[in-house]
Amino acid sequence: MTTTTLKDLKSAKRKITEKDRIAFNVIAYILVAVMGLLCMLPFLLVFITSLTTESALMHHGYSFFISEFSTQAYDLAFRNPQKILWAYRNTTCATLIGTTLSVMLSTMTGYVLQRPDFRPRNKFSLFFFFTTLFNGGLVPWYILCTRYLGFKNNFIALVLPLMFSVWNMIIAKNYLKGIPYEITESAKIDGANDLLIFFRLILPLSLPLIATLGLFAALAYWNDWYNSMLFITKDEYKSLQYFLQEMLNSMQALKNLVNSGMDVSQLSRNLPQETLKMAMTMITTGPIILLYPFVQRFFIKGLVIGAVKG
Amino acid sequence: MMTAFLRFTGKTDGYNAGKERSTYTARAAKESGPVSVHPAVVNNRRLSGRNRFYNNRYLYLMILPAVLYTLLFSYVPMGGLVIAFKKYNYVQGIFGSPWVGLKNFKFLFNSHKLWFLTRNTLLYNLAFIVLGIVIQVSFAIMINEIRAKWFKRVFQSFIFLPYFISWVVVAAMVQAIFGYEYGMLNRVLEWLGLERINLYISADPWPVMLVMLHLWKGTGYGSIVYMASIAGISPELYEAASIDGAGFWKRIRHITLPGLRPTMMIMFLLALGAVFRGDFGLFYQMVGNNALLLPKTDILDLYVYRALASTSDMGMASAAGFYQSILCFITIMTVNGIIRKANPDYALF
Repeated sequence: MTTTTLKDLKSAKRKITEKDRIAFNVIAYILVAVMGLLCMLPFLLVFITSLTTESALMHHGYSFFISEFSTQAYDLAFRNPQKILWAYRNTTCATLIGTTLSVMLSTMTGYVLQRPDFRPRNKFSLFFFFTTLFNGGLVPWYILCTRYLGFKNNFIALVLPLMFSVWNMIIAKNYLKGIPYEITESAKIDGANDLLIFFRLILPLSLPLIATLGLFAALAYWNDWYNSMLFITKDEYKSLQYFLQEMLNSMQALKNLVNSGMDVSQLSRNLPQETLKMAMTMITTGPIILLYPFVQRFFIKGLVIGAVKG
Repeated sequence: MMTAFLRFTGKTDGYNAGKERSTYTARAAKESGPVSVHPAVVNNRRLSGRNRFYNNRYLYLMILPAVLYTLLFSYVPMGGLVIAFKKYNYVQGIFGSPWVGLKNFKFLFNSHKLWFLTRNTLLYNLAFIVLGIVIQVSFAIMINEIRAKWFKRVFQSFIFLPYFISWVVVAAMVQAIFGYEYGMLNRVLEWLGLERINLYISADPWPVMLVMLHLWKGTGYGSIVYMASIAGISPELYEAASIDGAGFWKRIRHITLPGLRPTMMIMFLLALGAVFRGDFGLFYQMVGNNALLLPKTDILDLYVYRALASTSDMGMASAAGFYQSILCFITIMTVNGIIRKANPDYALF
């Protein structure tokens, strides 16, 4: 008798649990779907409006429904592509060179700092970590870069500032700590030097780490507009995102002028500024969106690496 | 020999002490016989300083680039903080410019600007941090609960997408949606018979706007970090709890959330270390130099940048930057100290 009631009680409780779970699941599906759409639809909006005519856009406003399909904005953007090509060249070069150097620097440093037989490692760790706690601020850094290192209108201004990040180094250090020290030890006994051990043994064992750090660095370089804004005034050296920023803002200035009711020249009225802006956004972001489906899995794996505590 | 080996490896300098010691004791326990360690490995300890340096020359060579880089780009600018005590002019440079003592700081503190900027920066960042953690953890738990694989994969990658673009592109999207004349939102409002909103002339909506944009961009990244640590919670705990009759909510409250606490603490501490450092990209791209919006959106970073861009007063900009760095440093040291007292496991350092 008593056993059955106990069973009944338990199954009743389980039913309540199941009910909670189902209710939570319904909410979870809805909220995740809503958030997902909120995150994705703006991209779709930019894409769709870049493929319509200016007059249709002015008539209907920004909308998901194309009333007139046209590649007018892209044609216009590429009519005189010199500046776009420069910006693409600069960003691509900076991304390739910068990512390579950045990955090298953080893995190499991280490796040394986790070597148990490298005695000053704590002193060096503190040396690096302290810079994340305290820094001189923007102004002295800016004066150093422009006045003493010649960053003004120089390609190195797009590469050097993002080249080393203490956080990436810490991620590398924690990952490499997971590789048994015995590998290093036995290679040493076989007479290999530390450089050889690092490049021939450790690096091939850390491909997930390299992919992660590489992706982080590549993203930082590709999306960089800040260093261009600080250091570059000539079109030949501008990065892609800064170029986009200029396109958006100079047109914005024009638009504000229209808003305030002042008369503007015929030319600016005929310029399909809205669709052109969206086309430029697509042109500068395109590679990321195209690569995204392939890259994001690595990224998620890499984030897991980075999240394992440091 | 064996004890020497153990002492050498076991004596860690307080840095991940537990982990290393356990591997080496385990190793030592396995090899119960006399341990023979190659001279190339163990002799390091007995060598004099110079020889030890020579032995590790390649290791030093490998960290040299990062050390030089950090010296040049982080430590040299710290020396450059002297500008804050000078009336900087370009011709005379850092060393030639005349000293003015604390005049720059006095001016900053006497103008009410500084207090206003500090408060804005702090409040925005606190909103970002607190709401960020709440939303990221909620989404991590929700995504984790979802069983339909395709749904999970598709929507998780949607939510992660904004992390991959720059604030410049976000600014373009904001114009497309919130623009006064053609923006989608205003067209919808008009269609509904409501009045349009001109975001670019009124400051009031911006605090909400900026917080939403920050959350929008960061949720994907954050929720993945938390999902990784949910995956690390032992499933046995959940089984045991459900045998003991813990309901669904109880399991989340008493297993999932405590399991996430260490990650939450790290994320919180890392963010808190920069609580007086604003998200410059967000603020600059959305607000920029729009003077109409600044009453509600101006932060320390924008102020420093404006001072730098106008090159009117480098000394003042540097003093503001110095003030910001000191605030950050004091915050992180205090908070970390408190947490270390309360529970050393959660402390950053």
